[in-house]
Amino acid sequence: MLRSNVLTHRRKKETRAAWLLSLPAVLLISLFSIVPIFLALTLGFTDARLVSPEPAKSVGFSNFKTILGIGVLTLKAVRDDNGVVKIDEKNRVVYESLRNYTRISSDSPRFRSKSELFRFGENRKAGTVKVVLAGDPLFWKSLKNTLFFALIVVPVQGGFGLLLALLVNQKLRGRNFFRTVYFIPALTSMVVVSMLWTFIYQKNGLLNTIIKQVMPGFQSFAWLENPKTTMPAIIVLSIWQAVGFHMIIWLGGLQTIPAELYEAATVDGAGFRKQFRYVTIPGLRHTFVFVLVTITIAALGLFTQIAIITQGGPLDSTTTLVYQVVLNGYAKQQIGYASAFSFVFFALVLLISLIQRSATKRLD
Amino acid sequence: MKKSRLSLGFSLISMSGLSIFFIFPLVFMVMSSFKSNDSLLQDVSSARAFLPVGHLSLDNYWEVFNRVPFGRFLFNSLFVSTATVVLGLFLNSMIGFAIAKMEWRGKKFILSIILALLILPFDVLAIPMLYLAAKLPWFSFTGGFHFTQGWFNSYQIQILPFAASAFSIFLFVQYFKGLPKELDEAALVDGASWFRIYRSIAVPLSGPVFGTVAILTFLPMWNMYLWPAITIQDEKYRSIMLGLQYFYVNFGTSWGQIMAYLTLLTIPIVILFLSMQRFFVTSVASTGIKG
Repeated sequence: MLRSNVLTHRRKKETRAAWLLSLPAVLLISLFSIVPIFLALTLGFTDARLVSPEPAKSVGFSNFKTILGIGVLTLKAVRDDNGVVKIDEKNRVVYESLRNYTRISSDSPRFRSKSELFRFGENRKAGTVKVVLAGDPLFWKSLKNTLFFALIVVPVQGGFGLLLALLVNQKLRGRNFFRTVYFIPALTSMVVVSMLWTFIYQKNGLLNTIIKQVMPGFQSFAWLENPKTTMPAIIVLSIWQAVGFHMIIWLGGLQTIPAELYEAATVDGAGFRKQFRYVTIPGLRHTFVFVLVTITIAALGLFTQIAIITQGGPLDSTTTLVYQVVLNGYAKQQIGYASAFSFVFFALVLLISLIQRSATKRLD
Repeated sequence: MKKSRLSLGFSLISMSGLSIFFIFPLVFMVMSSFKSNDSLLQDVSSARAFLPVGHLSLDNYWEVFNRVPFGRFLFNSLFVSTATVVLGLFLNSMIGFAIAKMEWRGKKFILSIILALLILPFDVLAIPMLYLAAKLPWFSFTGGFHFTQGWFNSYQIQILPFAASAFSIFLFVQYFKGLPKELDEAALVDGASWFRIYRSIAVPLSGPVFGTVAILTFLPMWNMYLWPAITIQDEKYRSIMLGLQYFYVNFGTSWGQIMAYLTLLTIPIVILFLSMQRFFVTSVASTGIKG
């Protein structure tokens, strides 16, 4: 009886002490993570603005409808009195105006206030073309750009980081020097890196000079002014900056593999390749999950490079989800719409994380 | 892993090639910071771009100090980053200790929230937090004590949202779990309080994790861009990274000054890192960022 009283007393004391130790962090996390999550959810259903004399009004699902809404429309060609399809001087079929469908007073509510995303399936004989319309074409463009960036950066940066880690993990003279050199860009702010590479990529910049050394006939090229080369250019500088950090993480993983395993493998006659396959790779599985998750989350949040180098251009070829969130929420001060946008972005991050988690579960 | 001389030579060559790729942009940056805009642009067409040749001067640096209140910005960045690190080390190690070492009601719930927050990128919360920051109360002593609304243009808006971090807590929990249980049991029998166990047993044994968390907090704080860019307009609280915006005017003609400013942003952090490099690599490895 007495003993159990002492125990409950101790339990209570422990719980009280634990809560006191946790309280400061719990308060700050509640205020700056939990409250904003709920704000994102609720503000997304309103027309809230950052500074506004009027209180925010509920707008139902309309923000989400604008972001996610798409529709496909068939446009008809303009015909002359004989019913012949009108062709312009560049031999293109002339179609009726989209405005007939998308203006506010249009008869077709599905297409109202939407803009063209792209056209496909032109049939010149029948004189029709299909147009994909979106409530916010920039959402779809930034979704495409963000996913493209992540799809390239995640495997390339992860793999490159591992390669570097393997190189500097060898017992070589000067390996500390190489570790430092590869890591220094990771210390450099993305702001600095973005400015520096803006100069490297410009028409009279470093990259063109170096290419000319190898290929004398090369015409100087403005890498950041062409929609085809801008995103790849940003991918390169992003990897250049961040790969050193992941090299260190991989290195940490490599060093936790017990040396005895390699010795045993050598005794068993396993060569370098077999050792890599049966000792190194299995030993790195936890590091793999960590690297995968951290690079993915960072890649989906692509923002600083875009804000400093391209502002989303040229021709929206580098606009990203977070860039659009900031543009809507900060520059245009449309907190309600930007919150809904953030929420859609978060749903995407969550979905990708869950897929990755279930795919890597087998590794544990 | 024994390897042939050939593969060793191959490694060395590829490692050297890679170091050129990683270091040359930075060498270019530092060298250009000593050159005038014209000679910088001329040098780009040859290897001179990477060499300290031609007329070198500190003119760009003097110009930077004229254009930007550099001392103020440097102080702001150092203050915000250091305050967040110090505050974060306290808060996150305390809750990490409670989760790793103690049994209490609510622990599972708190831990599951922290684990869920690990995958939540800050960018998702930036806009709702901007809204929140406009509404939060603060206080002022100018003109007698009174409450004010909105946290824009302040230090606290740059510090408090980042002090408690799910990732730091996670690292502390992992590390404290590895400390032998017998130590706290013995101390409890001796009548030590939990605070005392935290302070006198757990903290002194945890140098590596404190070091790792300090570095992994300081770096992103020093380099932060998005959040201060949208919450700070007042020069008084502006961070050193935002100072770059001063060079967006007459952009094409001030590359020399830009390179000088970029060098000033980079050098302190590189020196800091080089002085604690050995410590950093071993502590990251032993803290076990292993997922």
